[in-house]
Amino acid sequence: MSQQSVKLHEPLVHLSKRDTIAPLKAWLIRLAAIVLGLVVCGLVAFVLIEKIQQKPEKIWDFYNAFIRGSFSTPRKLWKFLKNLSILLCIALGLTPAFRMRFWNIGGEGQTLVGVLGAIAVAFYAGDRLPSWALLTLMLLAALLAGAVWAVIPALFKAKWNTNETLFTLMMNYVATFLVSFFLEVWVTNGSGALPKLKQAKLPVVGGNDYLLIILVVLALDAALFVYMNFSKQGYEISVVGESVRTAQYVGINVRKVIIRTMILSGMLCGLTGYLIGAGLDQSITANSVGGQGFTAIMVAWLGKFNPIFMILTSGLIQLLNQGAAQISQDFNVSGALPEVIVGIILFFIIGSEFFINYQVHFRGCGKKTAKGGKAA
Amino acid sequence: MEKQLALQMRGITKRFGGVIANKQVDLDVYRGEIMAVLGENGCGKTTLMNMIAGIYFPDEGKIFVDGREVVIRSPKDAFANGIGMIHQHFKLVDLFTAAENIVLGVKEKGKYNLKAVNARVAQIAEKYGFRIDPQKKIYDMSVSEKQTVEIIKVLYRGADILILDEPTAVLTPQEISRLFSVLRRMKEDGKSIIIITHKLNEVLEVSDRVAILRRGEHIATVETKDTNENELTEMMVGKKISLNINRTEPKNAAPRLFVKNLNLYDAEGVHVLRDVSFTACGGEILGIAGIAGSGQRELLESISGLQPAVTGEIIFHNPKKNKPVTFFHKSMKRVRELGAQNAFHDGKGNPVSFQGMRPGAVRKWVESGDVLFNEDEIINLRHRTPLQIRELGVRLSFVPEDRLGMGLVGSMGITDNMMLRSYRKGRAGFLDRKKPRALADEIIQDLEVSTPGVNTPVRRLSGGNVQKVLVGREIAFTPKVLMAAYPVRGLDINSSYTIYHLLNMQKENGVAVIFVGEDLDVLLELCDRILVINSGAVTGIVDARTATKEEIGLLMTKTDDARKEEAP
Repeated sequence: MSQQSVKLHEPLVHLSKRDTIAPLKAWLIRLAAIVLGLVVCGLVAFVLIEKIQQKPEKIWDFYNAFIRGSFSTPRKLWKFLKNLSILLCIALGLTPAFRMRFWNIGGEGQTLVGVLGAIAVAFYAGDRLPSWALLTLMLLAALLAGAVWAVIPALFKAKWNTNETLFTLMMNYVATFLVSFFLEVWVTNGSGALPKLKQAKLPVVGGNDYLLIILVVLALDAALFVYMNFSKQGYEISVVGESVRTAQYVGINVRKVIIRTMILSGMLCGLTGYLIGAGLDQSITANSVGGQGFTAIMVAWLGKFNPIFMILTSGLIQLLNQGAAQISQDFNVSGALPEVIVGIILFFIIGSEFFINYQVHFRGCGKKTAKGGKAA
Repeated sequence: MEKQLALQMRGITKRFGGVIANKQVDLDVYRGEIMAVLGENGCGKTTLMNMIAGIYFPDEGKIFVDGREVVIRSPKDAFANGIGMIHQHFKLVDLFTAAENIVLGVKEKGKYNLKAVNARVAQIAEKYGFRIDPQKKIYDMSVSEKQTVEIIKVLYRGADILILDEPTAVLTPQEISRLFSVLRRMKEDGKSIIIITHKLNEVLEVSDRVAILRRGEHIATVETKDTNENELTEMMVGKKISLNINRTEPKNAAPRLFVKNLNLYDAEGVHVLRDVSFTACGGEILGIAGIAGSGQRELLESISGLQPAVTGEIIFHNPKKNKPVTFFHKSMKRVRELGAQNAFHDGKGNPVSFQGMRPGAVRKWVESGDVLFNEDEIINLRHRTPLQIRELGVRLSFVPEDRLGMGLVGSMGITDNMMLRSYRKGRAGFLDRKKPRALADEIIQDLEVSTPGVNTPVRRLSGGNVQKVLVGREIAFTPKVLMAAYPVRGLDINSSYTIYHLLNMQKENGVAVIFVGEDLDVLLELCDRILVINSGAVTGIVDARTATKEEIGLLMTKTDDARKEEAP
C-alpha cells in the first residue's frame, strides 16, 4: 500500500459543522427549502392528478388552488386564522417545557382533558348556573385538568427521573380513552355522540364566532414572549434547560422549576381545550383535538420555541393543510394527496435545518469555502 | 554520526471550515532523535500530527518517509509506513488484558497465540525498560500503566516513528522521569520520537530539537541545547512575556474555613472523600495537588453545597466581632433573624433586636453603620444547599472545572451569565438586566475579554475568554472564600498569567483562595501551602516555599494502607 503512485484524494463529499451562521443566510436557506418543496409538490401533484384524471392540468392551477384554500373567501380566511390560533395556543403550551428541554409530547392529551374538564362542568352544572359562572367554572376545570395531566409526568421525572417523552406520550392515550369512557356514561341513546351543550358557549365578540379565540391567543402569545424572556421564572427555565448542573451550581431548585413549568405548560394546553370546548364545539369526542397536539410540537420546533416565530410556523402549517384540502376538493382526488403534499414540504423544511447546522464540501472545492448544497 | 531523515512534511495545510488549522508547515524529523512540537493550546500541534497518523487528510502538501513520498489515508497506512501515534485520550478496551489490547487489530499469519504475544510484549518491555504485566486487565491499571500499554501497542506493530500527544499531562513527576528514560532508550535504538507538549521545562529536559508552532504556522525549529525558556516562550506567544508569578508573603492570615473529617460517598457508594481535614486562611492561597480524579472536584463541590457530605464539618468563620452589619450579602430577613437571636449591639454595649421596627427604620439604622456584631460569625455549611449558603450571607465563590457545563450557560451572552448569581435580587418577578450589563461591560474592559458583544453566546468565545468571564463574575461578588478548580486548563499563556494575577490580588485582599491545579511547577510558584490528596484522602500539607516536586509527587501516590495497589 505504501508504494501507491496515484495520488489519492479526499472523499467526494464531506461535512463539517458550522459554528455560526448569519441569521439572514439561515432564513434564506429556510425560504429556499420551502420554495423548493412547493416546486416538488407541484410536480408530484401534477403527475398524480394527470394520471388519475387522464386530462392535463396547467401546473399553475395547482398553486392557485393551494392559495385559494385559505384566502379565497372571508369565511376561509377566518377559518384559517382560527385554526392558526388553536394550533399556536397548544404550541405556546409546549414552549416553556421545551425551553426547559423537557420533551412534553403530551399536548394532545393535556388539551383533550382540558376539553373534557370544561364539557364535564357544562354537562353536570349547565342548567343550574348563570352563564358567566358556568363559563368561569368551565375555565377553571379546564386549567386544572390540563395542569394535572402535565404535572403527573413532571412529578415522576423530578422524583425518579423517568423518561418524560414516553410518559407524556402514554398520557395521551389515557386521555383519549377517558373521554370515550365519559361518552359512554353521558350518552345513553347509543349514538355515541354528545349533543351540543348550548349554554356552554363563549360570547361572540365583534360579530365573528372566532374573533375572541384569535384575540385571546394573540394576547397569550405576547404574554408568553415576555414571560420567557424577561421574567425570573423564564430565566430559570432557560438555565435548567441548558444545563441542570449550572442550575444546581447557582442554587436553582431544579425539581421545583420542572414541576412549576409543567403546571404552566399543562394549564396553557388546558386553556386551549377550553377554547375548543366552549369556543367552538360545545361538545366532545375522543377526536376533539384531532392530532393538533402533535402538529403543535412541529410548530414549536420550527419556530425555535420563540412565540413570535411560532405565529409564522403555525400559519405555514395551517396554509399547507387548507391548501392541500382545497386541491383534493378541486381536482377530485383522494384525501391522501394533501397528506403527501404536507409531508413533502415538511421534509424540505426539516431537511433545511441540516444545511443550517452543517456545511457540505465537495471535492475540488477546497480552495474556496464551499456553499451548502441544496439537494435534500 | 550522520543524521538520517525519517520524516519530512512539506507545505502541509489543513482547514476546518473557515478556520485554518495548519498553514504551509514544513517539518523534518531524523532517525534517533526526540523532537518536541511546542505550541499553545489550539495552535494546531495535534492536527498536524493527526495528519501523519492518518486521522486527518491534509488539504495540501506532501509527506515523505525515508525520502519517499507517501499517502496516508488511515491509521493503517500510517502503520504501514512505520508511524504510530499515542493519543492523549487512550483508546483501550477496559475488559481486555494488556496483551489482548496490544494484539487487537494486528493481522498476523498463523494462529492467534496469546502466549507468544505475551512473550513478545515482555521482550519489548525489557528492551526499553517498561514495567508491565501483559496479563493485567486495563480496568485495574493506573493512568501511567495504560500509557505504557499504548506505547507498546505502537511498538508491537513495528512503528519506528512514534508520536506522543501530551504524554505527561496526567503523570506524576516520578512517572514522567520514568517515561523520559524509556524515550531516551528508544531514541538510542534509532527510533524517531515526536512529543507534543506545551510545557517548556519538559521540552528542555528531554528533546534534541524543538519545532514551534504558532496559530497553525511553523515558526522555527531550534536545537534544544541552544535555547532557553524565555526564547521559546517568545516564539510560542509571539511577544516577550514575563513568566514570573509574583508571590507575596501572606499578611495577617487568619483561619477562614475549617474542614473537619469530611466523608463523602458517590452515587455508586464509592468512598470518594476520606476524613478530609484542613484549614484555609484568608490572605493565602492553598493549593490542592493530586492525580486527576482523586477527589478534588468532590471536595470543592461538597464545600459549596452541591454534594452533601455524609459526615464531618465545614465551618465558615467570619471575623465580624465589633464590625458593622451590611446588607451587601445579608438580606433584610436574615438581619432580622440575627437581631432576634441577640447577635448585635449598637456600639455602646446595648443589644439590638429590631423588635417592632419597620423595615425602613431597620435599613436606616443598619446603613448608618452603628449596628455591630457581638461575636465572630461561625456558620456550619454542611447540609446547606448553595442557595441556603448564599442566604446566610456566606460569600463563597466557586470557579468549577467544567466552565460551560456548570459555571456558565454556553448559549447565553455575558450579561445573562452575570445574572446567574444575582438574578434573584429585586422584588418584582421580572429581571433587571441593567446591573448585570454594567458588570459585563466592566469585566470585558478590566480583564480584556475579547468578544464580538455582550450578548454573544459565551460558548463561541475562546477558552481563555470564557474563563475570564467566569472568574470575573465570581470575583465581582467580593468573596471571602474563592475556590478554583483547574482554572488555567486549556488556556494560553497570557490568559493563564491573567488568572494567576487575579488569584494573587484576591489573596492580597484577604480572601482565602483554594486553588486546585495540575501543573506542579505552577502550584509551587503560586501557592503558600499545598494540600496533597490521593484517592480522596489527604496525604500531606506542605509549605510551597520549601517543598520540591518530587516530594509532592511521592505524596500524590502515597497510600496509607493496602486499599489501593502501589502504582508501578
